[in-house]
Amino acid sequence: MKLVLSQEQQELRAAVRSFLAAASPLTKVRDGYDREVYARLNGELGLSGLIVPEEYGGAGAGFAELAVALEETGAALLPGPFLATTFATIALTRVPDKELLTAIAEGRIAATLATGPLDRVLNGMEADVLLLRDGETLTAVDLTAPGVTRTALETLDLTRGQARVVLDDGVPRRELGPLPAGVDDLLAVALAAEQLGVLRAALAAIVAYAKIRVAFGRYIGSYQGVKHKLADMHCKLEQAESIVRFAAWAADESPDELPAAAALAQAYVGRACFEVARDHLLLYGGIGYTWEHDAHLFYKRAKADEVLLGPPRIHRARLAELLEL
Amino acid sequence: MNLDEYRHAARAWLLENAPAGDSPEADPVARAKDFMARLYDAGYSGITWPARWGGQGLTQAEERAFAAAARDFTLPTYVFSIGLGMTGPTLVDRGTDEQRERFIRPLLRGEEIWCQLFSEPGAGSDVASLQTRAVRDGDDWIVNGQKVWTSVAHHADWGLLLARTDVEVPKHKGLTMFVVDMRHPGVTIKPLKDMTGRANFNEIFFDDVPIPDAHRVGEVNDGWSVAVTTLLHERLSISAGVGMGQGKDDPTSLAALRQVVDTTDPLVRDELVELHIRSRALALFNQRLSQETKAGIFPGARGSAAKLLLAELYLFQADLATRLVGPEAVVGGHPLAQAISMAPGMSLGGGTNEIMRNIIGDRVLNLPPEPRVDKTVPFKDLKVGTQG
Repeated sequence: MKLVLSQEQQELRAAVRSFLAAASPLTKVRDGYDREVYARLNGELGLSGLIVPEEYGGAGAGFAELAVALEETGAALLPGPFLATTFATIALTRVPDKELLTAIAEGRIAATLATGPLDRVLNGMEADVLLLRDGETLTAVDLTAPGVTRTALETLDLTRGQARVVLDDGVPRRELGPLPAGVDDLLAVALAAEQLGVLRAALAAIVAYAKIRVAFGRYIGSYQGVKHKLADMHCKLEQAESIVRFAAWAADESPDELPAAAALAQAYVGRACFEVARDHLLLYGGIGYTWEHDAHLFYKRAKADEVLLGPPRIHRARLAELLEL
Repeated sequence: MNLDEYRHAARAWLLENAPAGDSPEADPVARAKDFMARLYDAGYSGITWPARWGGQGLTQAEERAFAAAARDFTLPTYVFSIGLGMTGPTLVDRGTDEQRERFIRPLLRGEEIWCQLFSEPGAGSDVASLQTRAVRDGDDWIVNGQKVWTSVAHHADWGLLLARTDVEVPKHKGLTMFVVDMRHPGVTIKPLKDMTGRANFNEIFFDDVPIPDAHRVGEVNDGWSVAVTTLLHERLSISAGVGMGQGKDDPTSLAALRQVVDTTDPLVRDELVELHIRSRALALFNQRLSQETKAGIFPGARGSAAKLLLAELYLFQADLATRLVGPEAVVGGHPLAQAISMAPGMSLGGGTNEIMRNIIGDRVLNLPPEPRVDKTVPFKDLKVGTQG
């Protein structure tokens, strides 16, 4: 089991982090999807092809690397279809489909995967291709084709959209092949990596504020009422990171351990992420409750992520099942 | 010899020499001394300690290899744990050559047992406010006062004692460290019965106990910096033991609970899932810290997060187990009654949860410190202990 980043993985992290700090700072995230940022993210850093096998033009990296990238896009609250395209890519690599994988690796298309009914598709407005699961079969739909109606939904998360998608009977569907089991576990791991980033960034933001904000003549971070809460949040971060590294390792190296690792990742990291985002907002005081402040962006992303793959109790129920309770 | 060979050799030696199981008749201290003597002769005592003073002069890598080999054995070295984990390393770091020559080898050979005398009834988390006095008298110091929470004191030959030598200066600046003879008639050792009903610790009373100045460790009034060295070694030895020996015999574990509760009840299932999540989260964090240490990234104050989480898990686990098992958990000597009695201990010993949170806040997150009223006031003018 490998829970520590390699030198290369640390370099990847540093590269993605510094790119996003410059190209997609928090001050820009409310503007939504920026195709130019994505073009550079995919072109300069090759992120869209990160887990695409080399034979389809990707980097052929594993979940350990993907988790590093998603942690950073999560920490930056990167708007747009990065996670959606990652979900689609995960499914496509399991089929696999050369045409779509190549297009994703080259950054030519954004894609999404239906994780629920089509009346709420993650980044349904921005994606070019929608992947559907018809029973055991993975099917692709060109969202730009005639007969496709997309309506943007009002979403809690201001930094990531969803859409209602209606497909007329005549819309062409391309069957890609049977979808192996275990894709949902991989989605759970990918999402947990993003949640780890959201958690980390929310904690870092409030720790920084606690060092400069003064009340009653003292920095608020010097009060144990604040300091101890931040210490508990740090403990959640340490455990969340450990679980994400473990789950990513299991996704790459240990298929037998993956289901329980994936359920653990969502059960723990999903909750911890929301709790930390909530407490970070509260510790800001009144300013954190304003529309203008960024605290609610983290809070809302954390909540949207926590319920993205279904009500969180399903991950706990899955754990109970896997533990044979 | 490469590390694998070293580990295999250590394992072979342990298979031959580690005592199998508990033999209730044998005197545990005599057993421990006998085992330590053989450990020393085999070259496994003080693996990383300087060869000049009786250690093996090897590296952390050999130490870890031995620990890995020893994991499958229960070594009877408990009475030496304070000496090996805290007081011995302090003397290696801060003692005089005469002190090292006199004390280190007998410790490593299992001839002398050590205890540590810092905490007092009025000075726990704030140990620097301790009141035990050492007053200079010719070549000696005369000690009066009381210590508490002292493990293995009733077996100890020597104690590492932190005492106040100057009340006219602020509290951290008037402390001095000594080695005290625990066999002196002026030392009274009383077992301290804790809330589990057992006496794992002692209270120690000093009545005019003389200590030769040659047994002073470090400079006069520089005892706090020596104590910091000792406490650093304490944290390292606690965190090295974390997560070990908690096995199938633990009545609060998921494995034990699933045998005795109705796992078809969805409420019970969810509680057990919560226990699994918390246990796994901490186990993985501990594994990550240990992998980082092996890779040369030292956890430092982050170890306090692991200690805090472990303390909280102990409390949660024993509390949950008793709630799930119900009325029978608290009668007839049920193992869970013992577990729920022991549960608060981990949150108090080795630094309370509040102190751990302060450490995480101050040294991991680098938050501003709390304003202090006790750093500049002469000790004699400072409020200490329990007032009013």
